[in-house]
Amino acid sequence: MPSEPLVAEHVLEFPGGYARTTGPVIGRFLTELRGGRIVGVRTAEGKVLVPPLEYDPASGEAVTDEFVEVGPAGTVTAWAWVAEPRDSHPLDRPFAWAMIKLDGADTALVHAVDAGNAKALQIGSRVWPVWRSERTGHISDISYFAPEVTKIVSNVRADYRLQVGGGLLTFLEGVERGVFLGGRCPTCDKVYVPYRVFCPQCGGPIGDQLEIPDTGTITTYAINNLPDPRAPEVPFVSAYILLDGADIPMIALVGGVPAHEVRQGMRVKAEWVPEDKRTKSMANVRWFAPTGEPDVEL
Amino acid sequence: MGNRCAVIGVGQTYYTTKRRDVSIAGLVREAAVRALDDAGLTFKDIDAVVIGKAPDLFEGVMMPEAYLADALGAAGKPMMRVHTAGSVGGSTALVGASLIQGGVHDRVLVVAFEKQSESNATWALSTHLPFSASLVVGAGGYFAPHIREYIRRTGAPEHIGTLVAVKDRLNALKNPYAHLKIPGIDRRMVESTPMLWEPIRYLDTCPSSDGACAMVLSSESAVTGTPAWLHGTAMRSEPIFRAGRDTVSPDAGKDCAADVYRQAGITDPRRQIDVAEVYVPFSWYEPMWLENLGFAAEGEGWKLTESGATALDGDIPWNASGGVLSSNPIGASGLIRFAEAALQVRDMAGEHQVDGARLALGHAYGGGAQFFAMWIVGREKP
Repeated sequence: MPSEPLVAEHVLEFPGGYARTTGPVIGRFLTELRGGRIVGVRTAEGKVLVPPLEYDPASGEAVTDEFVEVGPAGTVTAWAWVAEPRDSHPLDRPFAWAMIKLDGADTALVHAVDAGNAKALQIGSRVWPVWRSERTGHISDISYFAPEVTKIVSNVRADYRLQVGGGLLTFLEGVERGVFLGGRCPTCDKVYVPYRVFCPQCGGPIGDQLEIPDTGTITTYAINNLPDPRAPEVPFVSAYILLDGADIPMIALVGGVPAHEVRQGMRVKAEWVPEDKRTKSMANVRWFAPTGEPDVEL
Repeated sequence: MGNRCAVIGVGQTYYTTKRRDVSIAGLVREAAVRALDDAGLTFKDIDAVVIGKAPDLFEGVMMPEAYLADALGAAGKPMMRVHTAGSVGGSTALVGASLIQGGVHDRVLVVAFEKQSESNATWALSTHLPFSASLVVGAGGYFAPHIREYIRRTGAPEHIGTLVAVKDRLNALKNPYAHLKIPGIDRRMVESTPMLWEPIRYLDTCPSSDGACAMVLSSESAVTGTPAWLHGTAMRSEPIFRAGRDTVSPDAGKDCAADVYRQAGITDPRRQIDVAEVYVPFSWYEPMWLENLGFAAEGEGWKLTESGATALDGDIPWNASGGVLSSNPIGASGLIRFAEAALQVRDMAGEHQVDGARLALGHAYGGGAQFFAMWIVGREKP
C-alpha cells in the first residue's frame, strides 16, 4: 500500500498588499471611477480604449492625452455564466462575466453582470453600472453591471372594514340559527333568497322574512378543476341550487357525491356544521349533498 | 339615432401575452397613433377622447384615465372613462359615437386597453369578499354552468364547442394582430387539452393578452379617408340577480339586438349582415349568441355552427379576425370587435377580409352577461 500523500496548506501574500503605481493614464481612469464616471483614452488613430491603456496595442504608439467620457450604459458583446461564484468573485450569487462595450468606446471592458439567471442575458443586452456607495478609485467602484430596469413591482393593498347591510345581516342571522331566510316581492310575486330589502326587478321594498327550506334542486353546475381555498379538493362542483319555494338559485358547493355523478335536476339538502360551531357566515353550510330523491324534470 | 357618424381610423397593437417593452401609456399611445395615421389626422384634429377599460384591479392603477390623458393628447380637451366590465370596449365606442350623433363634437378618439400581464384576471375577478355566499372561480367558473344548461336545453353534441375553438384559431392565422397563432390546430388538439371548468377545456377559453385598440370617429362633415358608417347603436343592461332571469339567453341581449336591428332596418340578420364580430370568450358562446342575436332560432344555433356557416368561407362568417378566443386584452376586446366590423366594411381587413362585406355587426357583452353593446356599420351612408 502506498502511503497517503503528504500535504500542507500555505499562503503567499505580501503583507499589506503591493503599492502599485498607476501611471497617468490608468490613474486618470481610476480617479474618474472614484468620481462616478467612466473614461476611455483616445489613440493616435482616433479609437477610444476602455479601459484605457498607455500604449495602443494595435500600433505600439503612446495614446493621446485626450480622455473621453463613455457609457455609463453599454452592450454585452460576449459573456460566460458563473453558476457557482467563488469567495474572490464580486458577487455571491450566480452572475456573468461579460465583455461590455460601453457607449462611445471602441473596445470592451470585462466586468460582472448581475442578471439573475442565464436566460436573462444575451449578446446585445444593454447593461448599466451599479456603483459602490464608498468609492476609492478601483475597478470595484463599479460593484457590477445590471440589465436595464424594464419593470417594477407595485404593491397595491387596501385594508378596509366591511359592514354587512341590513338585508344580508338578516339572512346571516338566520344562517346562524340554521335557517335560510328569504322574502317575497309583493309586486313581482317572486321569492328572493338570500333575504334582501329591495327587489332587483322592480325596485320596490320586499316585505317580511320567509323561512325557506334547506332542500332544493340543482339547476346547473360547473365541475371545477382549478383549486380554490374554499373547496376541499379538486375537482369540486359549484352548483346553482334552487331552494324549494325560492325563485332565484344560489351558488354553493356540492359534496357527498363524486363530481361526475352530479346531475342537473338532482335533489340536494344543506349539510350544516354542528350548532356550536355556527357563526353569521355561509361557512355554516359545509355543502349541499344529494337527498336520494328522484331527479326533478327541469 | 341623431347625426351621421363614421369610423375613419382604426389602430391596433399586436396582441401578446406580455408587452414588456412599453408602459400602459405607451401601449394606448401606439394604438391611438395608428388610428390617427389611418385617418390621416393628428391629435390636434381630435375634439374629445373617450377611454375604456375593465376593472382597475386588473392593473392596480386606480382611475388610469387621469394618468393616460397626456398619452392620448387629451390635454385641454374633454376626456371621460367608461366601464361596463367585459363589454366596456363596445360601450366606449358607443359613448364616443353618441358625442358625434348628438352634435357635440366632430371628431372623437376612442381607446380601450388591458395589460393583463400586470396581474391575474382570475384573481381580480375572485376577490372573495367577506360574507359573500357565492362560490365562483373566475370568469370560466361563472360561465360554465350556463354553457352546461345550453347544452342540456338544446341537446347540442359535445364537439360544437371544439368546432368554434378550431375555427376562430384558424381565422387568427390570417390576422397579423392576433395573439394566439396555433398552426395545425384541429379538433384533436383542442380535445386533448385539460378541462378547467367542465364543460370548458383549456383551448375553449380565450388567452390573457396585453393590447390596445383605438378608433377615430367622425361627423359627416369631418370625414377623411375611408368611412364605415354607423347604421345602428344600442346598449342594454339587466340586473344580474333577478328571479326568472334567463342566464343562457339574457333578455338584455335580445332587446339590444332588436334595437340595433330596428335602427339599421335589419329583419333577417343572417341574410342581411355580411360578417359579425361577436364577443365569444368561451367557444360555446358562439352557438349561444347565434340564438340570442337572432341568427338562428332558439335551440338551433349549434346547427349553424356545425354546418360551417360561421366559418370564414361560410355564408355568415363570425369572428373572421379570430375573435376574443384568439386575442383578449379584456377592456379592449369589445372595441376590437367594433373595429374589426368597421375594417370589414371599409374593405381593409387584409387576409381575413370577407369579400364584398357591406354590413357588419360589432358586439360585446360583460359582467355576468348583464351588459350588452352593439353596433351595425355599413359601407354606404345610412
